Amino acid sequence: MNRGELAELAEATLQKQQACRLRLLVCCGTPCVAAGAEAVVAALREQLTRLGNPADLELVSTGCQGPCSRGPLLTVLQPDQPEQVWEKVTPELACTILSTALQQQQLPEQNLLPKDWPFFSRQIRLVLANSGRIDPESLEQYIARGGYESLAQALHEMSPDDVCDGVVQSGLRGRGGGGYSTGLKWQLVRKSSGGRKFVVANGDEGDPGAYMDRSLMESDPHRILEGMAIAGYAIGADQGYVYVRGEYPVAAQRLHKAIKDAERAGLLGSRVLDSSFSFRIDIRIGAGAFVCGEETALLASIMGRRGQSRIRPPYPAEAGLWGCPTLINNVETFGNIPSIFNIGPQAFNAIGNGKSRGTKVFALCGEVVNNGLIEVPMGISLREVVFEIGGGLTNGMNFKAAQTGGPSGGCIPAEKLDTPVDYENLQALGSIMGSGGLIVMGEKSCMVDVARFFMEFCLDESCGKCVPCRTGTVEIYRLLSRICNGSASQRDLQTLEQLCQMVKDTSLCGLGAAAPNPVLSTLRWFRQEYEAHINDRRCPAGVCTMNELPLHLLGEQLLQRISALRCDGEEY
Amino acid sequence: MSGDCCKHTELADDPRLKLVERAMKRLQYQPDALIEVLHTAQEAFGYLSRELLGHVAAQLKLPESQVFGVATFYHFFTLRPKGEHSCIVCTGTACYVKGAGEILGRLEQAAGIKAGQTTADGKLSLGTARCLGNCSLAPMLTVDDVVYGPETPDSAVEKLHGLLEVPHEQG
Repeated sequence: MNRGELAELAEATLQKQQACRLRLLVCCGTPCVAAGAEAVVAALREQLTRLGNPADLELVSTGCQGPCSRGPLLTVLQPDQPEQVWEKVTPELACTILSTALQQQQLPEQNLLPKDWPFFSRQIRLVLANSGRIDPESLEQYIARGGYESLAQALHEMSPDDVCDGVVQSGLRGRGGGGYSTGLKWQLVRKSSGGRKFVVANGDEGDPGAYMDRSLMESDPHRILEGMAIAGYAIGADQGYVYVRGEYPVAAQRLHKAIKDAERAGLLGSRVLDSSFSFRIDIRIGAGAFVCGEETALLASIMGRRGQSRIRPPYPAEAGLWGCPTLINNVETFGNIPSIFNIGPQAFNAIGNGKSRGTKVFALCGEVVNNGLIEVPMGISLREVVFEIGGGLTNGMNFKAAQTGGPSGGCIPAEKLDTPVDYENLQALGSIMGSGGLIVMGEKSCMVDVARFFMEFCLDESCGKCVPCRTGTVEIYRLLSRICNGSASQRDLQTLEQLCQMVKDTSLCGLGAAAPNPVLSTLRWFRQEYEAHINDRRCPAGVCTMNELPLHLLGEQLLQRISALRCDGEEY
Repeated sequence: MSGDCCKHTELADDPRLKLVERAMKRLQYQPDALIEVLHTAQEAFGYLSRELLGHVAAQLKLPESQVFGVATFYHFFTLRPKGEHSCIVCTGTACYVKGAGEILGRLEQAAGIKAGQTTADGKLSLGTARCLGNCSLAPMLTVDDVVYGPETPDSAVEKLHGLLEVPHEQG
């Protein structure tokens, strides 16, 4: 396929879609499937078959449409009419919608989401532009929405240096959590000398409570491939790897099909879009190790070894896969690349706050009414995210904390709800942007117990290579357990703080260095809860059971018991 | 260590080994492809026996210690046979906040095993996952790879009972 043919295919598919008098988009993301989306699709398909499958009616099984807790979702598109979205759709309701639409009557209002629903209206969808709008397994539908046009533009109109400069101008920073300037990283790898270079997309989304990467890989796989191909052209690589988490078989399968389709269409492989650029992409499946999200551990895993991190420098930009310069970005970062060249680096840079430009995808979940996947401009306040987009807390609960960044992040208290969400501000609060999990907690969550939960995760996931992380996490966990069961003293709290600082300062990689963050941030904002556990032996949230005694109280109690005994051992 | 693992006649005769052989051939017996090969092997056999690991090591020309090291490093690989059915309770943050611990406790009680174990009759393996990425369904679990959620302790136990009863009715 050359550039002209790409444009023709886009135009033809678009015309076909515009000629439809009715397009039905059923969300087939995992949560919607669990809620019964497949039955909805089957019912609609059956009705369409009965009508003789007219060419001007289209039924599309899409990826994630966003408000996951309200599935199955059905979006209806009619020419010259605003789009309408129904929640909790049953096969019967779907068929009623279809038949009333065909008779051009008023569509049923049952379960219809309001037009100006903040969940949709407060979002800016760049990375998720196609999620929930296209069939993820259809290359044509991706192309119809401007897919691979950015790659064509880069290959035919820009030099590799121009591409790197464009990414620098956009102000894009790593979306996996680190926040390093993507453009600078690309330039660094481009300048590295080495025979071969590699591009790696990090799809090893290990943070518990985060599913942006899964959703993106499942809903819009071509976007990631296009972003990687542009990166390959910019840095001078001919091979890329997508590292997909082992727990995400659907994502791997969709990417696999997307690669095959793109290769067949001449959009990947040799002589991409009739240019001299060749680029192959292979998939590597992870095997369940959180540490593989760390870049050097990830590289070890791609090379078939234990996923253990190593000392940097040398950074992967100089010596990565098999010692060659390697560019590693998160899949969401690659997902931003086609958008940057679609709307232009300047327009991308116009969105955002301070040094954080563009948008960020969050998985909004926990005790919040509207669970789901959202994409918001950087700099939006947490209050807007939780109370406007999220619709507040479930069961009228009071907001206690928002957890971002998973086991490497921290908890943000209610008094900081108006802080703009960006890299710098979250870091100042002792949390991190992380990959984008945002878990809302109500008054029923105990912050000490939450810290212990994350520490248990880290001790289990520590690769065991460096001592501070291997043994430090275990000791921190023990101290937290003692606070939770009521056997800790004030001195334990001091030890805890010292130990956290030590593990943070001396660990080999990001996993260990960030592991104390949940403890440190809860100590900072919810110290009174720790104090209540220790001094009053009381869990303010009512989560922990205080069934052990601290040593000094144990002595007192023993003395009391002994003094209550007669000299023959019997009680008075 | 001759490396010739096919002298273990049982393994050599196993038709499932063909799948593993085919995968290794496709990946050109590259040592770097170890994780891919182990994925295929586990899919074919359900678990990785010491014999199987030895065979893979010999074919990829890797020390057995390295293969064993990789197989034990990753949570995904199991060196023990699994039950006929599997139930995995997600213990990710969102599920945890919404009460996954209670669900797991009830399931352990109902099945009479701890997470990570298999019932004595080999019918059910109960496990936990760090996060299955379906946080909007929290608290969620999977039974034989089918996703269910949001669950309560009662609804979860019900799913398990159904699972354990079906083979009885057939048998």
